[in-house]
Amino acid sequence: MQEEVNMNTGGISGQEPINPNVVRFKEFMKKFLRNKSALIGAIMILILFMIAIIGPMLTDVSPNAQDLTNRLATPNADNWFGTDHLGRDIFTRIVHGMSITLRVGFFSVLIGMSVGVTLGVISGYYGKWVDTIIMRFMDILLAFPGILLALAVVSVLGGSLNNVIISVAVFSIPVFARISRGSTLEVRQLEYIEAVKALGASDLRIISLHVLPNILSPIIVQATLNIATSVLTASGLSFLGMGAQPPTPEWGAMLSDGRNYMWDAPHVATIPGLAIVVVVLAFNIFGDGLRDALDPKTKN
Amino acid sequence: MLKFLMKRLIQTIPVLIGVTVLTFSMILLIPGDPAQIIAGEAASPAQLELVRERLGLNNPIPVQYWDYVTGLLRGDMGNSVRSGRAVSTEVFGRLAPTIELAFYSTLLAVFLGLIAGVISAVKRYSLTDSVIMFGALFGLSMPNFWLGLMLIQWLVIGQGWFQASGWGSPQQMFLPVVTLGTAGSAIIARMTRSSMLEVIDMDYIQTARAKGVSERVVIYRHALKNAMVPVVTVVGLQFGSLLGGAVLTETVFAINGLGRLIINAIRARDFPIVQGGVLVFAFMFVFVNILVDVLYRLLNKRIDLN
Repeated sequence: MQEEVNMNTGGISGQEPINPNVVRFKEFMKKFLRNKSALIGAIMILILFMIAIIGPMLTDVSPNAQDLTNRLATPNADNWFGTDHLGRDIFTRIVHGMSITLRVGFFSVLIGMSVGVTLGVISGYYGKWVDTIIMRFMDILLAFPGILLALAVVSVLGGSLNNVIISVAVFSIPVFARISRGSTLEVRQLEYIEAVKALGASDLRIISLHVLPNILSPIIVQATLNIATSVLTASGLSFLGMGAQPPTPEWGAMLSDGRNYMWDAPHVATIPGLAIVVVVLAFNIFGDGLRDALDPKTKN
Repeated sequence: MLKFLMKRLIQTIPVLIGVTVLTFSMILLIPGDPAQIIAGEAASPAQLELVRERLGLNNPIPVQYWDYVTGLLRGDMGNSVRSGRAVSTEVFGRLAPTIELAFYSTLLAVFLGLIAGVISAVKRYSLTDSVIMFGALFGLSMPNFWLGLMLIQWLVIGQGWFQASGWGSPQQMFLPVVTLGTAGSAIIARMTRSSMLEVIDMDYIQTARAKGVSERVVIYRHALKNAMVPVVTVVGLQFGSLLGGAVLTETVFAINGLGRLIINAIRARDFPIVQGGVLVFAFMFVFVNILVDVLYRLLNKRIDLN
């Protein structure tokens, strides 16, 4: 109440309306901070980022430095996570792999989201044949189950980290297109969009100033959860040998190496997998919390 | 119902055509000369020409696509570059383990997911609920190939209870099914819990309770039955994504299914096999989705009538 009064009197004319975005953001922050899982997820993600950025500066050996006299060592004081079949320090490799994992997760979702949301908004806003064509195309992409679409793309482009990012992005386009189309359809029917239209605003202006801000929350939630899926898919591709090529310290590839030494040195496969679980878990927890905080239907 | 089915099937036609366009373009999009890739690095110009002639690579692209689709309609998906055998023989020969794996994993996922979801909903906000829901979140966050390797480490290498490769005997099938079914059961558990919670506070449930109906009957007959409707959709989608997930599981457990065939074909650059395998996966997925829609409608109708 106090805040409202302040904002009203703070305006130049004394009648300036409260910015609805500010109110909404405050409401969101209140819910967000009350939501334990969103907070825990956010803290986890922050720590992961710090490891990715600062970690490599703190490790003194190269992630690819081999020590063939010290192969497959179990975790000990010198090698916290042990060493792999070439005597490389697994801890160092995990730390260096963090930025790869986060980069793949972020960029693939960023690309997939940009393309998907653009298509979805166009589809929902213009409707008719534009909608039909775009959404049919999305149906076609969705017809390839699970990892298969990414696999098909990567098999054509060839295995490399960048191609993994592209293929995982392609894989997440239809999800974003569907969500943003649905939300755009809802928003488009609102009266104020009609009003803005009547005032002569261009489509581009309506979409970027009035439609996009209103469909942002489901997209943000989806993007967060999608980073989790993308990390899983990307590590799967690398595990299959279609992603990062040796000696890149990519976790899926490390896991695949460890597979051959499961009898003598189970930690080589176990540890990279655990690292993947921690990252995916962080984004899933954060995404779940965000959804609860942003979804108006959730009761407190 | 029949009208609905027909409508749904007709809607599928453009999607199926689109899928064939995409699988067809795979060959065109490969960087480099497809003939070279198919014939190998060492091929002479004459051999390359022969390959081009045989695969019709000299024809204009629309003609090539037409040949591809009419071939498909005759059941001809070309020949493997490596073995020379028909792609259809190779692909359909490997289909059974993949479908069985996805089917049993779905069964497990439904079974575990429903039980966990119902317990969680009934004991909501309790410790049990938190434990189950965290377990589900963890299950969702695990790469299934890693889970598979961990199961092999504990139960095959450690205990010797199961076999880590092949498909057929229960000892071979148990671990892959658990590996593939875990993420699905996590998703179904979460879905069941939330849709049970929506139902559980409704008036008719309270009425049933007030009438003195036992809690067990209230939960299973009244609440779960109605909570099942959204769950069915998830189950159907799960079957589809488990088909895709089978690619990794088959690789971990050395199961000679369609997924492993595709992976090996990608490694061997045997593109006709990759093309055919991906196409069959997509077609299966599309038809599973139709089945789910029909099921969903049937279930919904019955509830409406009640």
